[in-house]
Amino acid sequence: MIFDYNVVWENLPLYFGGLLITLKLLALSLFFGLLAALPLALMRVSKVAWVNLLAWSYTYVIRGTPMLVQLFLIYYGLAQFEAVRESFLWPWLSSATFCACLAFAINTSAYTAEIIAGSLKSTPPGEIEAARAMGMSKAKMYRRILLPSALRRALPQYSNEVIMMLQTTSLASIVTLIDITGAARTVNAQFYLPFEAYITAGVFYLCLTFILVKLFKLAERRWLGYLAPRKH
Amino acid sequence: MLKGYGAVILDGVWLTLQLALCSMALAIVLGLIGVSLRLSPVRWLAWLGDLYSTVIRGIPDLVLILLIFYGGQDLLNRVAPLLGHDDYIDLNPLMAGIGTLGFIFGAYLSETFRGAFMAIPKGQAEAGMAYGMSSSRVFFRILVPQMIRLAIPGFTNNWLVLTKATALISVVGLQDMMFKAKQAADATREPFTFFLAVAAMYLVITSVSLLALRYIEKRYSAGVRVADL
Repeated sequence: MIFDYNVVWENLPLYFGGLLITLKLLALSLFFGLLAALPLALMRVSKVAWVNLLAWSYTYVIRGTPMLVQLFLIYYGLAQFEAVRESFLWPWLSSATFCACLAFAINTSAYTAEIIAGSLKSTPPGEIEAARAMGMSKAKMYRRILLPSALRRALPQYSNEVIMMLQTTSLASIVTLIDITGAARTVNAQFYLPFEAYITAGVFYLCLTFILVKLFKLAERRWLGYLAPRKH
Repeated sequence: MLKGYGAVILDGVWLTLQLALCSMALAIVLGLIGVSLRLSPVRWLAWLGDLYSTVIRGIPDLVLILLIFYGGQDLLNRVAPLLGHDDYIDLNPLMAGIGTLGFIFGAYLSETFRGAFMAIPKGQAEAGMAYGMSSSRVFFRILVPQMIRLAIPGFTNNWLVLTKATALISVVGLQDMMFKAKQAADATREPFTFFLAVAAMYLVITSVSLLALRYIEKRYSAGVRVADL
């Protein structure tokens, strides 16, 4: 027999533990990434040149460099500075989980900010004119009209970003975390069965991807139904 | 500033560029094969093309790299003795990296190409047929040149993602700039400096690519009417 799946079967608990870590990393980085993306997106549509430029430089640099480099800069890089090692932040910054979440959140915030900014810019002019005609202040217009409308229309693109982020979390295994990929690497290191170990990880990710795609389809039907083509 | 490691890292830059360019060339070939499968009227061929693009796009690049590099090598060595080949087969990291990234991004490109082909008006191919062109001639003379223009934005995106994904090949031991920077960082205990230098190099590569592809897009869009707002 060429393949040996008994080992994988016996190590399934390790994979499910990894699944939990993957989901935790994904949820935390998406939450904080989205939180940071909102103000960044507003800066990206600002008419004040320097505000716009500031947000643009941030997203440009983050989107132009590999995630692995960003992760290494935070996890290995920051330790180079004594000020960092002696600061009160060090207990956090020396933890792989924290560094991975931080790096992932920074990364996704840049991509998400561009998605939301693009969506804000493509708001139908009529919606804005109507809000102005109602005498809404700028803040109220953003809160009641622009953001709800833009965030809904950003949903299809954001679903792509979420799936990219799921795949990105696999990099956590490089900084010693035992996520799904980390579980596969552990199994491979113990039993030297690379093919079986990594195929199993691949199946886990495929299932997660399908579930996420389905969830976003449901969300789109719920929140974007009014933009769907007529069925009758 | 780089303590004499500058030249070493520049060597790695060259390897990164080779890896990115060669894998993109392979990905274009695989992407075209993938899209011809997916648009084929033969049902099981279309299914095969869909399977390729769905499965590859649903699994992280890192897992695929580990799977193909370690798993593929392991599988080769398990199958080879059955075929009467007894030496241990060792994969060259550059070749394996090109194969892996090409295979992954072929799937992504097949998706980009599919969208572009479907955006070409049906009448174009029909007019070619009406002139008595064979279907392969219609494909290469009529569809591909128009598809290129429509595919450039998606292609740009894929190229940028691929360039950044090359950093992952350092994990399986290719001595690209990421690998060299890690070595230098370990030796000098100045990781921040070296990873920052590598980040800057990647930023240069992505910026130059963006400018070049924008220029190409303009060239290919000559003669396309754009409404002036």
